[in-house]
Amino acid sequence: MRLPPGVSSSDFSAALARLEGAVGKDWVLTSDDDMETYRDSYSPFWHEEEDRIPSAAVAPDSVEQVQAVVRILNERKIPLWTISTGKNLAYGGSSPALSGSVMLDLKRMDKILEVSDKNHYALVEPGVSYFDLYRYIQDNKRKVWIDPPDPGWGSPVGNSLERGGGRTPMGDHFASVCGLEVVLANGEVLRTGMGALPGAKTWQQYKYGFGPYIDGIFSQSNFGVITKMGVWLMPEPEAYREGSVAVPKHDDLIPFVDTLSYLMNSKIVRGTMLLESPVLSYRQSQGGSVLDMPGGPSVQEMERIGAEKNLPYWQMLFHFWGPPKVIDAQWEYTKEKFSAIPGAAFRDGRAYRFPVELKDSDDVQRVYLGIPNLSVFALIAGGQGHMDFSPIIPMTGEAVFEVLQVFGAAYAEMGVPPKNQFFALPWTFFPRSFVLLFGLPVTHNIEQNRENRKVFRRLVGVAAEHGWGEYRTHVAFMDVVSNVYSWNGHALRRLHETIKDAVDPNGILSPGKSGIWPQRMRESRA
Amino acid sequence: MTYTMTRQSKPILLGAILLTLAVPVFAAPDDVQVDRGHKVYDKWCFPCHGTGPGKPGTDSLRQRGQNPAVLEERTDLTAPAIKQFVRHGVFFMPMFRKTEISDSELDAIAAYLTRNNKK
Repeated sequence: MRLPPGVSSSDFSAALARLEGAVGKDWVLTSDDDMETYRDSYSPFWHEEEDRIPSAAVAPDSVEQVQAVVRILNERKIPLWTISTGKNLAYGGSSPALSGSVMLDLKRMDKILEVSDKNHYALVEPGVSYFDLYRYIQDNKRKVWIDPPDPGWGSPVGNSLERGGGRTPMGDHFASVCGLEVVLANGEVLRTGMGALPGAKTWQQYKYGFGPYIDGIFSQSNFGVITKMGVWLMPEPEAYREGSVAVPKHDDLIPFVDTLSYLMNSKIVRGTMLLESPVLSYRQSQGGSVLDMPGGPSVQEMERIGAEKNLPYWQMLFHFWGPPKVIDAQWEYTKEKFSAIPGAAFRDGRAYRFPVELKDSDDVQRVYLGIPNLSVFALIAGGQGHMDFSPIIPMTGEAVFEVLQVFGAAYAEMGVPPKNQFFALPWTFFPRSFVLLFGLPVTHNIEQNRENRKVFRRLVGVAAEHGWGEYRTHVAFMDVVSNVYSWNGHALRRLHETIKDAVDPNGILSPGKSGIWPQRMRESRA
Repeated sequence: MTYTMTRQSKPILLGAILLTLAVPVFAAPDDVQVDRGHKVYDKWCFPCHGTGPGKPGTDSLRQRGQNPAVLEERTDLTAPAIKQFVRHGVFFMPMFRKTEISDSELDAIAAYLTRNNKK
């Protein structure tokens, strides 16, 4: 039997026996076969010692059981790692940051406690997946939409606390959180916001309650175990439509992004868009790079190719949700604003009125209609997985140009040829900034994984040198990313550690999450 | 199922009638298991392995030359192979935990996906 670090065999056996008493024998798992299911199936350490393997898993089905589990582990200083649905693929899946941790698997806590289509919110437990919530809403004919991330098997609780993103106007998932129930390391349970008021009538309607607003410290953190979460939903819209905007020249990107930013921040354009470049995609299809490589073709050459092949340099597909007359007006105004760029071209896209029965031939991305699915995995159908490098950059054309140069130079310096360069143009998952999502492959080949980990670390470093930091990272790189968020001698991390030591003095909750280690492990890792 | 209509046996008969509400009268135990497996399959497997657009499991099996690519149409799958794939994953398919698909649900999935195999 694998042991948690620093825990004796007798202490661990005694704890497991008590855990069985708390949740039932069937829900304390220790066999090697069971531990296999808690690995990161997209691990960059496959077949290596560093691969994170837990020592046991415990699966409570109520907040009282969570409290009992945490108390038992806290008494013996046994580290645990919490998962909700365990589908954080590309960022560590269901695996812990510290091998030997006991998995606190909340999948069995799968109750949908409330869905309101008057104030448009839900109250859910951590094991509820986006698929589950969608089915519940459909079965009960509630007039609300969820905002699923690309893979629908994750949970609103897990994805929102990881600060993930979706495609509809509710795409900034943590921004939609309203009210948490939290079990602390000593087993005490608390409710945030209005939930602190006994008999509260507005726990899911008003976020802030009274006094310091602390929900943020429970995201991407290891300060508590979330057992309930309120999430705001979108009223079912009457209609949806799409329209694309294309501009011909390289330098058009600067006014293009300025216009985008104005429209987004004015709420005329909502949801998540991807910047595309048909010219650069063409270059890539010819074996070149999307990035600016030293010695590569000049902007003038690329513009000439674009003109010859009738390919715009930049384009973006916009999405509109709401009453038809409102979204028609939003699209008209969007076109009017972009018309200031000479040569701007517009195309109407798909349009739906709701409710709609989609046919198989409808190729709209279902996530834009609030329908969870797994189609995104088609992107890696030939592979074994990937890990995402995902820095936030400014929402300006100038920043995009800088990114293309900086990462191009970095890949050139590392000797990575275009076919192995992983890069994607910006998304607008979060307001007022762009996020880049590079999916670096993971395989079961040790050498390839070592090489890709080296590339990943270098990308983190290069980004940080230019003032760009990741919004979220794989468990394997949490220390690496935490290290670059170092302003004023790591003042923010020191505050995180101060909070950690105060709320979890035995350091049992998810050690290493976001680079936050408990004091007893911190010194040995320095 | 046969019952003796006597006053004494009435509670037993009532129990049997209630049971038949949940289980088709002529269903063999295998059919019950297959039906249950179908439901579990629809929840956990169909979103990736089903028919229709955006089913990367089906697309991937097709690319790898598996015919038919839709698991429900196969007649050559075995229960041990199904369990191996579900608990250990394969290619980009992750492993599934007992808290997601229990051992008995996995047995039911296997019964469903092997229902058309030649006996």
